[in-house]
Amino acid sequence: MDDRVILRVGSKILIPFILLFALYVQFHGDFGPGGGFQAGVIFAAAFILYALVFGLGAAKAVLPPIVVHTCAAVGVMIYAGTGVVTLLLGGKFLDYNVLAHNAAHGQEWGIFSVETGVLVTVFGVMVAIFYAFAGRRRAEP
Amino acid sequence: MKEVLGLYNYWIVIGLMMIGFYTMISRGNLVKKLVGLSIFQTSVMILYISMGKILGGTAPIIIEGRENVVYTNPIPSVLILTAIVVGVATLAVGLALVVRIKEAYGTIEEDEIHEQDDVM
Amino acid sequence: MSVVVDIALLAFLAVTAFAVMKQRNLFAVAMLSGIYSLLCAALYTMLDAVDVAFTEAAVGAGISTVLVLGTLALVGHKAKKPARPRLLPLFVVLITGGVMVYGTLDMPPFGNADNPAHQHVAPRYIEKSEEETDVPNIVTSVLASYRGYDTMGETNVIFTALVGVLLLIATGEQSRRIWSADERNGGVFEESSEPVEDGHG
Repeated sequence: MDDRVILRVGSKILIPFILLFALYVQFHGDFGPGGGFQAGVIFAAAFILYALVFGLGAAKAVLPPIVVHTCAAVGVMIYAGTGVVTLLLGGKFLDYNVLAHNAAHGQEWGIFSVETGVLVTVFGVMVAIFYAFAGRRRAEP
Repeated sequence: MKEVLGLYNYWIVIGLMMIGFYTMISRGNLVKKLVGLSIFQTSVMILYISMGKILGGTAPIIIEGRENVVYTNPIPSVLILTAIVVGVATLAVGLALVVRIKEAYGTIEEDEIHEQDDVM
Repeated sequence: MSVVVDIALLAFLAVTAFAVMKQRNLFAVAMLSGIYSLLCAALYTMLDAVDVAFTEAAVGAGISTVLVLGTLALVGHKAKKPARPRLLPLFVVLITGGVMVYGTLDMPPFGNADNPAHQHVAPRYIEKSEEETDVPNIVTSVLASYRGYDTMGETNVIFTALVGVLLLIATGEQSRRIWSADERNGGVFEESSEPVEDGHG
């Protein structure tokens, strides 16, 4: 592991930018290409790169599996919860018009909220699947 | 000429689809079957996206203050966007099954698995 | 110009897919499928589906390749040579492909603005999306708002896939501890625990 200095230093420099780029993709998704799915995958890719270079143990110390699994579930909850909130505010399920004082603003809030849900779920699912594969021992022949 | 070019996209896509299909049904290795499946899947996606394209159009992101811009059809993009993420999720489940099969049978070749099943 | 690039990319795709079929080293297959996804992403950009291209580049070329490589580390990377040339699959594939090519003869030409696909729902989205949702990217507004139900179902699908993967390979003896020690009563845990004394002797 110690002889791969360029790989380690290079990925250390890259990872913050990957995370930042994921956030850019998430919040700029309304105006350009991007959105929750892409941002979630890119966010996950940063942690997967970390795990590939520094080992699974180090990655799990930074991001414990329980957090990842919770993320996957919480994202679905945020999405469905947005629907429930619109129900409680007197609209239909996932009818964002009622979320703010006028319809267009409500839509903006609703889209922001569900995209956050998608981001969290996709991030959690991708990292958790990677952990599951990487954490498995090779079967004895 | 235009007619042939118009159908060229579809024909290549069908070619890709059939290559994926052939890989799936003729190769015995389970990982290769799954890669074949994802090639098949991707070719279906290209077919959808091709049908949404309008020549001379631009990506479906509204440009402020410009009139008469032709936008490409956004609906195929939306459908395929979700299909890609579902595709990788199903690929992950498939690969997990392959890992379990390897542990149970000691091989991921289809015919060897069948042989072991026949003996039992 | 764009048509030329389009044709070239499709030709590359066909070559890569063929190489995937022929190649028996599974590591090479994994890398080729990554290349395939990247070419697809380029093609989607040419076809104006930028969001899709973005997703394909991140998911197909990134995550899928890592997953396949992770699997190969567990199952080995040599595929067996097919025992004998099988004619039945080839026959099936040729028939299916032939029927589909016959089907395309009735399809409207590629990229024509008068095609039926562009007449019905899409114009409504393109026209009203901006004023109704205040989001310039129509794909985002359709994905999250107009078709929010679809996307919710799809979020559920990937969550369910995760549950499936965890049930399949994140438990049992072969998996290193995925859960923290106190949540799992695996073998290591039991061995180290002291035998329970029977109070009555």
